[in-house]
Amino acid sequence: MNSARASTTPWLLAAPGALLFTALVLVPLGLTLILSFHVYDAASGVKDETTLAHYIATLSDGYFLNIFWRTLRLAALTTLICALIGAPEAYILSRMREPWRSIFLLAIIGPLLVSVVVRAFGWSMLLGPTGLVNEAFRAFGPGTVKILYTETAIVIALVHVMLPFMVIPVWTSLQKLDPMVEAAAWTLGASRFTALRRVVLPQVTMGILSGSLVVFGLSASAFAIPALLGGRRLKMAATLVYDEYMHELNWPLGAAIAILVLIINLVIMLAYQRVVEARARRTLG
Amino acid sequence: MGFLSLDGLTKLYGDVAAVSDVHLSVAKGEFISLLGPSGCGKTTTLQMIAGLVEPTSGRIMLDGRDITHEKPDRRGLGIVFQSYALFPHMTVAQNVSFGLEMRKVPRAERDARVKQALVLVQLAALADRYPRQLSGGQRQRVAVARALVIDPPVLLLDEPLSNLDAKLREEMQFELRGIQQRIGTTTIMVTHDQGEALSMSDRVVVMEQGRIMQVDAPYRLYESPATPFISSFVGKMNRLPGVWGRSGFESNGRVLPCNGAGLTEGASAVLAIRPEKITLTSSGAGVLDGRVKARFFLGSAWFFTLETDAGLIGVSLPNAGEEPPREGDPVGLDWSKSSAKAAKPEGAQPA
Repeated sequence: MNSARASTTPWLLAAPGALLFTALVLVPLGLTLILSFHVYDAASGVKDETTLAHYIATLSDGYFLNIFWRTLRLAALTTLICALIGAPEAYILSRMREPWRSIFLLAIIGPLLVSVVVRAFGWSMLLGPTGLVNEAFRAFGPGTVKILYTETAIVIALVHVMLPFMVIPVWTSLQKLDPMVEAAAWTLGASRFTALRRVVLPQVTMGILSGSLVVFGLSASAFAIPALLGGRRLKMAATLVYDEYMHELNWPLGAAIAILVLIINLVIMLAYQRVVEARARRTLG
Repeated sequence: MGFLSLDGLTKLYGDVAAVSDVHLSVAKGEFISLLGPSGCGKTTTLQMIAGLVEPTSGRIMLDGRDITHEKPDRRGLGIVFQSYALFPHMTVAQNVSFGLEMRKVPRAERDARVKQALVLVQLAALADRYPRQLSGGQRQRVAVARALVIDPPVLLLDEPLSNLDAKLREEMQFELRGIQQRIGTTTIMVTHDQGEALSMSDRVVVMEQGRIMQVDAPYRLYESPATPFISSFVGKMNRLPGVWGRSGFESNGRVLPCNGAGLTEGASAVLAIRPEKITLTSSGAGVLDGRVKARFFLGSAWFFTLETDAGLIGVSLPNAGEEPPREGDPVGLDWSKSSAKAAKPEGAQPA
């Protein structure tokens, strides 16, 4: 085989994917970036002049900052809860016998087959003032509690949607674990809890960290759940961008917010990724 | 009453008995091997002693204490797992130190004992490595050091050498046995390798289908196997069909020298003889004539397959440094009366 052809083959093979990525991700992103610098006038729409006004407005307005802060806070909280529920869940799952393991795994992954919108509506029916949860509260204790259209509702639904993305990576790292390693810790005098903490947990940290990365990224950019369960007033980043585009018709401002959210997300996730990789190098080589 | 005794130990999985009614008494300082093919219940037995599998019935006594239902972390036994089960996120020293930490041994003493254990297995120089940076043999030593550092009353070895290549396996056999003799820890090893069991143990326990078939010193096990199964599982065994006649064992009208007891005249019988008990002479000079069908050079020995009137017979000869008979050569087979035994064909006990 001649060397010129050998060196072009990888490029040719990568070309279809690269073209698709360019057309569907990079071009719209570039257009959004350009749009975010355009002047907007309420009377005449988008103009051909450029300005930094949208960025300045976004970063100096407490209203926007508040929404950004809420987005990061709820995404972090969702990630934390997913880790606290998902890691033990994956562990229990890995200790189950067939056929229960397959059944429960399906129960965890199955919801991914149902549209997020449908699931969000499901939660809004459960959490509403006349929903099942409030009926139960009225029957057994605290009476009617406002859950729907609060941050609580958003976090509950986000946790439900994101859980598989935490369970699967932890489950995968548990699969790689020699089950005898835990038994070895017991025989050396470790209680069940100590063995979990000192031997099992350190080895699935990588799974938890990579699961966290996925859950955080998806939660911070979630749209349907905050839109349907947060109501009109409780906005998160994605719903804010939607509103600027579709209700205010201020596309340049929406674009500026979208770009800012992207940058913040990227910075947080890249920083996190570095921590994860440094740890991986240390413990797994 | 032994130091460690198993008393009617049984484990049922559903209706299937993985281990049934195992009685065994192990003396202090003894090295015992549980030998058998896979699925014979030897590993289950070991795991019941370790506390990782709950027995269905029976008792386990350790130094006069009933540990049948004690949790594994309370038994204090040292276990070397087949996969070694080292903690991959800890260094060699941390791995070895773990058991001492769990026992709340003070730091200074812990460090000293870890060092001592690593010296014992010749790994002192690698204390700060991670398991993934070690070779198979080194990992195995770490596992041994980790099990021994806690001064266990009993050391349990689960197929400790099966993951090593042949040469290393041989070296580690002698080394493990050497360590065991130096520190005198009562040891129980599970293995499917008869060579390992014979070379390392004080006594070998042969198991088949969840039951103990024979408990004996390696030499006696080899020389007087209790059942045909054991005779062919431990070492090689030739079995020649024939009848028990008036003048002894007969095959194709030819009388072959052997011992036999409890056989009635005229009944069919099987003569059992080990390949290394047979010598080759010139054709016509031995008790049986044959022809070399195939020969294999094993380095220290030659192995022949011979065609005879009594059937195919395997013969093993030490390598004397000269070329032995070739394929097709006629030879005579000779053996002494005491080295062959005749028995009833099925399920009978040879004398």
